[in-house]
Amino acid sequence: MRTIRAAAAVTLAISIAAGVTGCGGGTSSGGGSNDSPKTLTYWASNQGPSIEADKKILTPELKKFEKQTGIKVKLEVVPWADLLNRILAATTSGQGPDVLNIGNTWSASLQATGALLPWSKDNFDAIGGRDRFVDSAVASAGAEGQDPAAVPLYSLAYALYYNKKSFADAGIEKPPATWDELVADGKKLSKDGKWGLGAEGSNLSNNIHQTFVLGQQHGADFFDADGKPTFTSDGAVAAVKQYIDFMAKDKIIAPGNAEYAQNQSLTDFAKGKTAMVLWQAAASTFASQGMKPEDWGAAPVPVASGTPGQGKNTNSMVAGINMAVFKNTKNIDGAKKFVKFMTSDEEQKLLNKTYGSIPPVKTAQADEAFSAPDLAVLRDTLAKSAAPLPQVPNESQFETAVGTAVKELWADAAAGRPVTTESVKARLEKAQQTMQQ
Amino acid sequence: MTATVTTDSLTEKSDRVTSRGSGGARRRLPRIPDRIRQGGLPYLLLLPAVLLELLVHVIPMIIGIVMSFRQFTQFYINNWGGAPWSGFDNYKIAVDVNAPIGEALLHSFFVTCVFTFFAVGLAWLFGVAAAIMLQENFRGRGFLRAIFLVPYALPVYAAVITWAFMFQRDNGLVNHVLHDQLGITDQPSFWLIGDNSIYALIIVSVWKGWPFAFLIVMAGLQNIPRELYEAASIDGAGIWQQIRKITLPSLRPVNQVLVLVLFLWTFNDFNTPYVLFGKAAPENADLISIHIYQSSFVTWNFGTGSAMSVLLLLFLLVVTAVYLFITSRGRKGADA
Repeated sequence: MRTIRAAAAVTLAISIAAGVTGCGGGTSSGGGSNDSPKTLTYWASNQGPSIEADKKILTPELKKFEKQTGIKVKLEVVPWADLLNRILAATTSGQGPDVLNIGNTWSASLQATGALLPWSKDNFDAIGGRDRFVDSAVASAGAEGQDPAAVPLYSLAYALYYNKKSFADAGIEKPPATWDELVADGKKLSKDGKWGLGAEGSNLSNNIHQTFVLGQQHGADFFDADGKPTFTSDGAVAAVKQYIDFMAKDKIIAPGNAEYAQNQSLTDFAKGKTAMVLWQAAASTFASQGMKPEDWGAAPVPVASGTPGQGKNTNSMVAGINMAVFKNTKNIDGAKKFVKFMTSDEEQKLLNKTYGSIPPVKTAQADEAFSAPDLAVLRDTLAKSAAPLPQVPNESQFETAVGTAVKELWADAAAGRPVTTESVKARLEKAQQTMQQ
Repeated sequence: MTATVTTDSLTEKSDRVTSRGSGGARRRLPRIPDRIRQGGLPYLLLLPAVLLELLVHVIPMIIGIVMSFRQFTQFYINNWGGAPWSGFDNYKIAVDVNAPIGEALLHSFFVTCVFTFFAVGLAWLFGVAAAIMLQENFRGRGFLRAIFLVPYALPVYAAVITWAFMFQRDNGLVNHVLHDQLGITDQPSFWLIGDNSIYALIIVSVWKGWPFAFLIVMAGLQNIPRELYEAASIDGAGIWQQIRKITLPSLRPVNQVLVLVLFLWTFNDFNTPYVLFGKAAPENADLISIHIYQSSFVTWNFGTGSAMSVLLLLFLLVVTAVYLFITSRGRKGADA
């Protein structure tokens, strides 16, 4: 019977693993060994347009590494949708890769499993020192006060992308810098079947990213200093309401966006149906949809007033990919060498250029290639006005609980049901109550 | 169910082998001692199935039950044996309908019941209707039979993702027909979020499920003697009377198994809602399988998720047992 299929899937993995490992109940908590110094397995996250493209991009680099060190790297590119489950399975069974990519928002959650190598001072020194990395990027690699669970590899931030032609047609001269301006511009742009702003209402992560930033601007963190959820604080409620109101009250987001989850808002943007989107490094997607670089511009994500900065003027989460090492690796020295290689100036410049991201390594970031207007916006945002998502163990729960609450609120707004402070608070209250631990 | 059938047929087969008992059989199986051949062979033949059954179903189920009594969160994934025991805490959380987690589980249970009732009912109805219609031989019957089985033959993911495209509000085929062409709705409706999502789910599930009912009923119809219909029509029975008095009663044993299987599949269906809605289903279509998946794998509360799974298993066992009891009693009555 398929009754407890979900539980069975993981338990089967466990039981097989237990058989293999002689029923040790998981893995050792040691610091790895050097039993197999000549090989490494690497799980890369899918960064490029396809898995094949990633293999093409990474393989020559891995060959280079093999030439330098004599260590052969076995590459597997894992699609985003599978990555977290694959990591969980590897953690449970102890049969994972040596080195892997993780989404940086999962850092603290995965850190709590105890399966990843902590990046102590010694470990950081082995790859050139912690100071080589941008602070905000290191801050998104694990819980505060603990050694990071990973090392930043590619950094990303949000920007406001706008369609230059739509702006010119509506007589708008420059991109909005504050939310009031954005709403005013959005109203001018929302007519004749076209809309001012795009959103991905059914994409939980995107909902979290946007409401987190608005939360920061309202002085809300979603978690208190002890790591307890504070989803119903006035600031958090105001932030979520402000975001939904772009559709519900200001009517600058098309109702159809409530069900978007597969980057449809980028397609709408490329087709000229919406004039603005808030996105991370969208250039390659726009290009693949037939847009020319001169068709669009990038500006910092608006703030309430003034210019972007820290605290209430935060305008992006620190997005990006980190590189982690499984603690039970059989090639700990090789793994560190590989991380050192991938975070070297040369590789950082090359890979980040290819992927359209920003190097989290300061010296590589100084390269001219990252000064193109749109990348400069992302770079400055990362340096000056981005904040990491709450680095708490139950971050993964937070994304689901609040992300779903926001999704339901979008559905309300799209159906024309009223979205009030009370209704927002009620949804967030429910989300908070489902948080266990 | 399946296990019993296999056991019976295996036993029968081995009985036949041993009952021959002549020199011929001995020559074919020279190395097996008489004692095993006579007494143990059936069990020997069963062994691979039993081992696989243990490995695939029983052991994971036991581990799942053990997990449901532990406080199993991300802190213990790496060392799952070390997760502290929590007694019945996970069960208490799951059934406490005054707290959000229990309330959401109960809500999802009701949603699943409503969904299953309509999805199974309609799939059965369509399946039976189509099978009866295709009973008569006519030109193109073979073609129709093949076409009807297409939803059953398609890979679930490909089929459901296509439905998801068709249900999109702005670019989907469903709204294009309902709104743009027929003008039935005032404005394009949402199908993948909000109140309509349950309808979308039922439609896809029925589409996916009825060919199976069609196939099984069609097979069942082959066993009804044609003479019954001939006799009935000589006696002046119309087509409806024939269906009511001959077809449906003769199909009864087939239908009993069919409805049970459809019920179990539909109640537990994970693929359809997951592909249609992603990992956060709309409230109106929050099926229990997705709900448990979310509790276990998305929010990493494996203990609570396991407890919910065990409760679901118990519920389905009870329903199945009651169903089998009622239907077998009915059959005995009919036989007597």
